[in-house]
Amino acid sequence: MTDLAIEKPRSQWADVWAQFRSHKGALIGLAVFVSLILFVFVGPLIWTKDPTFINPNAAEMIKTRNKPPSLQFPLGTDQLGRDMLARMMKGGQVSISVGLVAMLISITLGTTVGVMAGYFKRLDGPLMRLTDLFLALPLLPLLLVMVMLFRDPLSRSLGPETGTFLLIVFAIGVTSWMQAARIVRGEVLALKEREFVLAARSIGTPSRRMILRHILPNVMSPIMVAATLGIASAIITESALSFLGLGFPPDFPTWGRLLFDGVEYIQQYPARVIWPGIAISLTVLSVNYVGDGLRDALDPRIRGR
Amino acid sequence: MKMRTALLGAACAFAFAPAAMAERGADGNVKVLYSQAVSIMNAYLSSGTKDVEVGSLVLEPLAGFDQDGNVFPRLADGLPSVENGQIAEDYTSITWKLKPGILWSDGTPFTADDVVFTAEYCMHPEGGCAQAARYEGVASVEKIDDLTVKVNFSAPKYNPFTAFVGATSPVLQKAQFANCLGAAAPTCTEANTKPHGTGPFRVTDFKVNDVVELEANPNYRDPAKPAFATMTVKGGGDAAGAARAVMETGEFDYAWNTQINPELQAQMKAGGKGTFVSAFGTLVERIEMNMTDPSPDLPEGERSTAKHPHPFLSDMRVRKALSMAIDRNLLVEVGYGEAGRATCNLVPAPAIYASDNTDCLTQDMEGAKALLEEAGWTDSDGDGVRDKDGKKLSILYQTSVNPVRQDFQALIKGWWNELGVEVELKSIDAGVYFGGDPGSPDTFQKFYADVEMYANNFDGTDPEPYVAQYTCEKAPRPETQWQGENINRFCDPAYDALVGDLLKTRETEKRAEIIKKLNDMLTKESYTVVPLVDRGRLSAHSNTLGGIVLNVWDSELWNASDWYRIK
Repeated sequence: MTDLAIEKPRSQWADVWAQFRSHKGALIGLAVFVSLILFVFVGPLIWTKDPTFINPNAAEMIKTRNKPPSLQFPLGTDQLGRDMLARMMKGGQVSISVGLVAMLISITLGTTVGVMAGYFKRLDGPLMRLTDLFLALPLLPLLLVMVMLFRDPLSRSLGPETGTFLLIVFAIGVTSWMQAARIVRGEVLALKEREFVLAARSIGTPSRRMILRHILPNVMSPIMVAATLGIASAIITESALSFLGLGFPPDFPTWGRLLFDGVEYIQQYPARVIWPGIAISLTVLSVNYVGDGLRDALDPRIRGR
Repeated sequence: MKMRTALLGAACAFAFAPAAMAERGADGNVKVLYSQAVSIMNAYLSSGTKDVEVGSLVLEPLAGFDQDGNVFPRLADGLPSVENGQIAEDYTSITWKLKPGILWSDGTPFTADDVVFTAEYCMHPEGGCAQAARYEGVASVEKIDDLTVKVNFSAPKYNPFTAFVGATSPVLQKAQFANCLGAAAPTCTEANTKPHGTGPFRVTDFKVNDVVELEANPNYRDPAKPAFATMTVKGGGDAAGAARAVMETGEFDYAWNTQINPELQAQMKAGGKGTFVSAFGTLVERIEMNMTDPSPDLPEGERSTAKHPHPFLSDMRVRKALSMAIDRNLLVEVGYGEAGRATCNLVPAPAIYASDNTDCLTQDMEGAKALLEEAGWTDSDGDGVRDKDGKKLSILYQTSVNPVRQDFQALIKGWWNELGVEVELKSIDAGVYFGGDPGSPDTFQKFYADVEMYANNFDGTDPEPYVAQYTCEKAPRPETQWQGENINRFCDPAYDALVGDLLKTRETEKRAEIIKKLNDMLTKESYTVVPLVDRGRLSAHSNTLGGIVLNVWDSELWNASDWYRIK
């Protein structure tokens, strides 16, 4: 007998990838998201126009206003003759970074609070009341107060752009973790009574390891879903703040701001709204699909089916 | 006399145009759209232009302003003047004679008692009268006989046409408002929303912040007017929507304040259903230079106060260079189109007060650069930003959130960058910026920035209170709870002295001369205020609505009684 071909031991992550690959939407989403990231972060290295450049020659500037797409300006120009393609790239850098970082902050906070509340009975009451408290807070006024109090000191010490970025990311993060916390807590409460957890506890596994090894991997899927939705709402919250004049300085393009700037011209130049709109929707959609695929891939019960 | 004749001529012209078909109520319904909804009809309880203007359809003052800013009688029988003895020689009183036979819309006669009562209403110590400024300096108002009223001033008042003149100070009916004095004023809902008036229309239905239905006043003094039987004033929406409703869809006959970008204006004109009308008043979009140091390193309470002069903007050459680098005509073209024109004056109108100051209209980038060099600002470290003694020429430039202002900011930043000045932009929500809350660091009065941009104008046709705002003691500071009109903290004893002279001068020509001089001291002689654009009012009316004369000195609906349908 020839030796049986022993299947190579498969790593967990290879399995995850295999499962992920089988989800067509997720694959497309991933491709779109990666290309968006390339567009906004690598694009400016190739397309080197300054997004805030206004032609100092008045006659020239008037001539280059509100141009339709052309070779010189692939996405046209805005009402001041600024190149829309360059603005889309620059704006995307900010919007995507804000979305990702704010999402990370809110997910980390939400998961921590949710797991703590679900796992430790003593903490449940106080932590969930805290969550209720945050849920009851009117979000926008709270953001406005935070921005008003901290913008000046931060922009003085870190420069207007970095300062505002940190402030906005932090402000969005700490005001959007509550849903994630609630979902995670519910999942943890259910998991805690499952047999494998009881078994682990019976052999004396300490809480820290219980959470990291047994609980967290099993609540990954709801966290993923909350995270992907979080990116979308962070991008949109940033737009709202920019609109109220509390976000980045007004000449600093972000997708949200481009969208709001374009609204005034929606009838004459619909492209002005469509481009940032498409970019935001694509980001949100693709991230949602990636999240969907990841959730399936990370759930061992679905894997291989 | 000449003015009088001219006025009469104008009045006749208006009267005859529709006279051919004149019959009260013959033209049916007219629809007016206000992008801000009306919440009250009583001008004394609201400073909102929309309330004052719609209120003016019903409530009238003794005299109003015409489209050129001249005073003309409405309920008064002729205009008081020093010559006819109705204005006292020493300007301490003005006597109004009322037109005989005028009836309120409820049929009762209009008398001097109503006028006396109106003054009592607004000057009541417990009532927060929104138009108290129009009664400033009024010591008493007394009835001489049923058709004669005398207004006494506590000090000589060289412009006595304040109380009872213009849509902001209409006459209320005593019988209706008798129980609404002082603190009770806002509680009289019925009277405040459906006042009895002497104007061409009266209210039939009032929905707060939504729609006002009016009908022709059956007791209006001219039996042939108004031509329209009913009027609907709808509120809400935005400027672009309002313009569209008149210019493109034709749903409305008249839209108030349709301030939209020039391209949209051109596009809507192509709709062919309506016309834009513009008129220029005194609203000037300007950049204010901060003469004091707004640095956040200073302790709170000393920031932006006279204790610390500004490190570089206190040098006039820097301010002048910043002004020279701006291309005002381009700003107009980008932001306002027909509704704006470039200006160098703080007081652009009325014509007799406007200085012939036009130096700033052409951009001079090279001159500006040379001026900065001369002032010692050079780019010594080669980073593109000029510096002097280790201090960088770096400016924080703030304004309110508004698409046109953000475009202006971007353009001006571009020019200043070219000049070698670093610019950080900031835009603040208009509610906060103009809110006047002394606790907020972001109000325009606090001015925690190097330069800021906004628009301001003055009420009526007399710029005296306006230029008097720039005296030293009017600077906002902690002691005044950050209230005050001298936003720049401009302080020049010569200016203060000249303002003192102005208050004592009564001859119109001399006053005009002083006002021009004051205007120049603030603009081309010091560049403390850098005017950019003289902003007009832009409204839209349907091609079938006739008789529209846009008036920036009074209510836009000032001559609604003359409107008619073009058939």
